[in-house]
Amino acid sequence: MAHEQTTNRIRNVIVIGSGAAGYTAAIYAARAKLAPLVFEGSVSAGGALMTTTEVENFPGFRDGIMGPELMGEMRAQAQRFGAELVADDVIGVDLAGETKVVRTATDTFRARAVVLAMGSAYRKLGIPREDTLSGHGVSWCATCDGFFFRDQHVAVVGGGDSALEEATFLSRFASRVTLVHRRRELRASKIMQERAFLDPKIEFAWNSTVESIHGDDKLTGVTLVDTQTGDRRELNVTGLFIAIGRIPRSELLRGQVELDKACVVVDHPSTRTNLPGVFACGDLVDHHYMQAVTAAGTGCAAALDAERYIAALDHQASTAGDAAATIAETESHDPAPHRAGDPIHPAEKEAPWPTSRQ
Amino acid sequence: MADLKAVTDADFETEVLKSDKPVLVDFWAEWCGPCHLVSPILREINAEYGEKMTFVKMDVEENPLTPAKYEVTGIPALNVYRNGELVRRIVGAMPKAALLNELGEFIG
Repeated sequence: MAHEQTTNRIRNVIVIGSGAAGYTAAIYAARAKLAPLVFEGSVSAGGALMTTTEVENFPGFRDGIMGPELMGEMRAQAQRFGAELVADDVIGVDLAGETKVVRTATDTFRARAVVLAMGSAYRKLGIPREDTLSGHGVSWCATCDGFFFRDQHVAVVGGGDSALEEATFLSRFASRVTLVHRRRELRASKIMQERAFLDPKIEFAWNSTVESIHGDDKLTGVTLVDTQTGDRRELNVTGLFIAIGRIPRSELLRGQVELDKACVVVDHPSTRTNLPGVFACGDLVDHHYMQAVTAAGTGCAAALDAERYIAALDHQASTAGDAAATIAETESHDPAPHRAGDPIHPAEKEAPWPTSRQ
Repeated sequence: MADLKAVTDADFETEVLKSDKPVLVDFWAEWCGPCHLVSPILREINAEYGEKMTFVKMDVEENPLTPAKYEVTGIPALNVYRNGELVRRIVGAMPKAALLNELGEFIG
């Protein structure tokens, strides 16, 4: 493999993940000349936006942009500035030491700082037959699978923007879309709600949850239960699209990085984790906003934090060298000379990675 | 790396069902994000194991009959046919190592 010769080199920054957060971190780290190595994931490259359609709320694209296209642009932008992109999966990390270790199935890589941007995965309903019938009527991706449900009755579970986006998208193909939501109100943005309410093909099963899924080889229907009355009713759908939120992909970090319900805990507003030199961003740290633009924002912050952390390490190393060479005059020597107008090497004595860039 | 050969509703029988070797058919579409992630993996596997197994792709939008016949309702769908029979269905994108594992009995 091409990486074998470089495996032993200690890199400045490794970015794990490649959604809006990972690619933005890669763009910033590459522009800071840190030559980041980015593990994009073999099938998760591009992240959650790869399975979306039109992204209408990413600033700068007034006519909207397709999710995969947006990610393709971010990726190309990171490459343009010298980020090294690897379409491989990280299977293990060792982040506690000063040198961070990142392992794939074939190689081991080392770095001074790591940016965690693994994003989030679809949340499952957690009921029998959900996995068995996945791809046979049960789906987490309307844009991938909606096409196959032309003139059929399908259901979407969830009440947020993703659920409404799926329902609205599916109404292009399906004869009828039932949105199953456990409450009486939706969480989704007003514009998405209006669009769904105006869509004649979309109907709402309020205060309802999916209790069971039916079908041997393919989905034949679901049983809904009313959360208020406990009444059950059958819905003869051939497609069930699950959009009940996402969970951070933090399994690799368990036991090393501090987590709160699978979310990585960071020292807001910085992206610092409990481990020095380990920064986290995107859906991995955020169970609240989970937007492409907020992920990009924290990805940027993580790269800046990593950059400052590395600058501080460099500074420590150089002043240690100076001190050894000029041992006689150390009493009066300022170990951290101020470099005016140089935000990339802040060199503050007390805080190796300050939270503000000003 | 060479792209997979595209098969159609018209030549599915000769190219896939009557093949001497097992055939993996990658059902895909332009608008399917995960499909684009699977195709480079399949190209690699084809380059490495093309002797033992044939790898082809089918655009589900241009070819409605075959996906309907085999009840493909989610893509990427990787169906393996041997001696004219559908013998394995793999649904969704997965890493190369996991896919090689799934295909073990055909390429081992």
